[in-house]
Amino acid sequence: MIGFAVTRIFGVAVTLLVAAAIIFLLLDIMPGDPARFMLGINATEDAVAALRTDLGLDKPTLERFFIWLFGLFQGDLGISFSQREPVTALMLERLQVSLPLALSALFLSTIIGLPIGIIAAQNRGKFGDTSAMILAQIGVAIPNFWFAMLLVLLFAVTWRIFPPGGFVPWGENPAHAARSLVLPAIALALPQAAILARIMRTSLVDIMQADFIRTARAKGLSLNQAVWRHGVRNALLPVLTIMGLQFAFLIAGTIIVENVFYLPGLGRLIFSAISARDLIVVRSSILVLVALVILVMFIVDLTYAWVDPRIRQGGQRDG
Amino acid sequence: MDSGLFARALKHPSFRLGLFGSAGFLLLAIVSVFWTPHPTDIVDVPNRFGEFSSVNWLGTDYLGRDQLSLLMVGIATSLKVAALAVAIGALIGVPLGLIAAAQRGWLEAFILRGNDFIFAFPAIISAIIITTLFGPSAINAMVAIGIFNIPVFARVARGAALSLWTLEYVDAAKLSGLSNGQISFRHILPNIASLLIVQATIQLSLGVLAEAGLSYIGLGTQPPETSLGLMLKEAQSFFFGFPMQAIIPGIAIVLFVISFNLLGDGLRDTLDPKLTKAGGIDVAS
Repeated sequence: MIGFAVTRIFGVAVTLLVAAAIIFLLLDIMPGDPARFMLGINATEDAVAALRTDLGLDKPTLERFFIWLFGLFQGDLGISFSQREPVTALMLERLQVSLPLALSALFLSTIIGLPIGIIAAQNRGKFGDTSAMILAQIGVAIPNFWFAMLLVLLFAVTWRIFPPGGFVPWGENPAHAARSLVLPAIALALPQAAILARIMRTSLVDIMQADFIRTARAKGLSLNQAVWRHGVRNALLPVLTIMGLQFAFLIAGTIIVENVFYLPGLGRLIFSAISARDLIVVRSSILVLVALVILVMFIVDLTYAWVDPRIRQGGQRDG
Repeated sequence: MDSGLFARALKHPSFRLGLFGSAGFLLLAIVSVFWTPHPTDIVDVPNRFGEFSSVNWLGTDYLGRDQLSLLMVGIATSLKVAALAVAIGALIGVPLGLIAAAQRGWLEAFILRGNDFIFAFPAIISAIIITTLFGPSAINAMVAIGIFNIPVFARVARGAALSLWTLEYVDAAKLSGLSNGQISFRHILPNIASLLIVQATIQLSLGVLAEAGLSYIGLGTQPPETSLGLMLKEAQSFFFGFPMQAIIPGIAIVLFVISFNLLGDGLRDTLDPKLTKAGGIDVAS
């Protein structure tokens, strides 16, 4: 297990390094001089040159890449060109919105999706199964941001139960902050719950036809006991992979849903940075998003190996 | 693709429903190229936010343009973006998957690693990078979604091809002196085509969702063009006063995606009833 983890950690490190290099190089070839952009078209050449030196833009690309990289290790992502604040502080502030949102959406989609999938599999072909799967079919087809708009219309405009948008920082009023995240979390979670329900159902239906379930039944376990004691545990494996992938998409999904609720999350930071040509913010935000995705996939891999010994003994997971 | 597949799939009720829906959307998209009930480029502000009427069946938008006409053009754009994204993914991904299966060894390992790597870039992140570089447009959204489709097709192609390489007829082809490349394209590809078509259907519906998300946040289709996602973006500002502006394009997206999903599910079940009915993965969000 430890050997497996070490090999994987090495893989993750290489992946992160390549990702950092690609993101840096791509955004480095971009036309437009941030210093010129910040000072406006009336600035003198000298002022622009001075600012370029100040921002470290006059150094060669490779040197700037390594400065950025070493900064990353120390948690220093540089100073925002447009806001003149440390990028780390800006991002930490925004992650206080995006991360709880993505996590609560993951939690919600799991507690909604998995039970529905299990119940559908238990009632395979019956009314409950059919209606659950029709709902899931609709669920996977609904764009989360559109669903978010409908939720606002219903719960914020018609019934006024939740705020329609905006965000009060956690420090000021935690209860209000949490309330502002309820509708966005539901909007993100429901389409994902539909996907989880479908995968859980399929996986469990497959497992229930396995020999060891028949053995369990032959030993005298009821169908319910067999499902819960043996079926669900084994059926969870493929579901786990999807949940890992989903978390990646939930993080990205917050970027879209934030727009509906005017939440000051990572997405809004990125968009304002793009329009202000604040490359250093765009670059670091994208890398943090990609790093989160890579990290979650790594955790899923480890969990998988921990649950299923065949994988850590060198067998490659199919996929 | 075996000709019987389609005939067998037709026995599937949900496939018929999906086929009916998909054909309908395709027809609307094609017709919109030649004809729409009203022109979509003529602004008629006094007539804005019109109700459903015999002239404007689905009302008018914030510029007084006919919603039904916009919807038809929007469906065409969304379909075009999703279809070309599928083409990008398939044209690059399938050869990669075939090569991985044919060569094995370090080349396969390299392609698999590359696949995992691209998975770390959800379409929205590629779209952000591409937009930062080139500015927003429908083509950028198409490329961003297409990039994400590459590993999907590479995986499916490799997985299916691997099992074929163990069969006797491939051994026979090898003995007859064909190169790995020739075997891949003449004997492997035709036999995995139906599986790839199923995947294409699924990626198409995911592409429609992704296009909507990207255009909604301003990274995709730009005015004066229109797409289903852009219609939702434009509807947002007037949403509280005129919710129908957003409800109609949203319903169109949902029906569009359901149709293609049913089509794909039906084909997949027909190909191999044991294959898992996994829900798709939302590439944008």
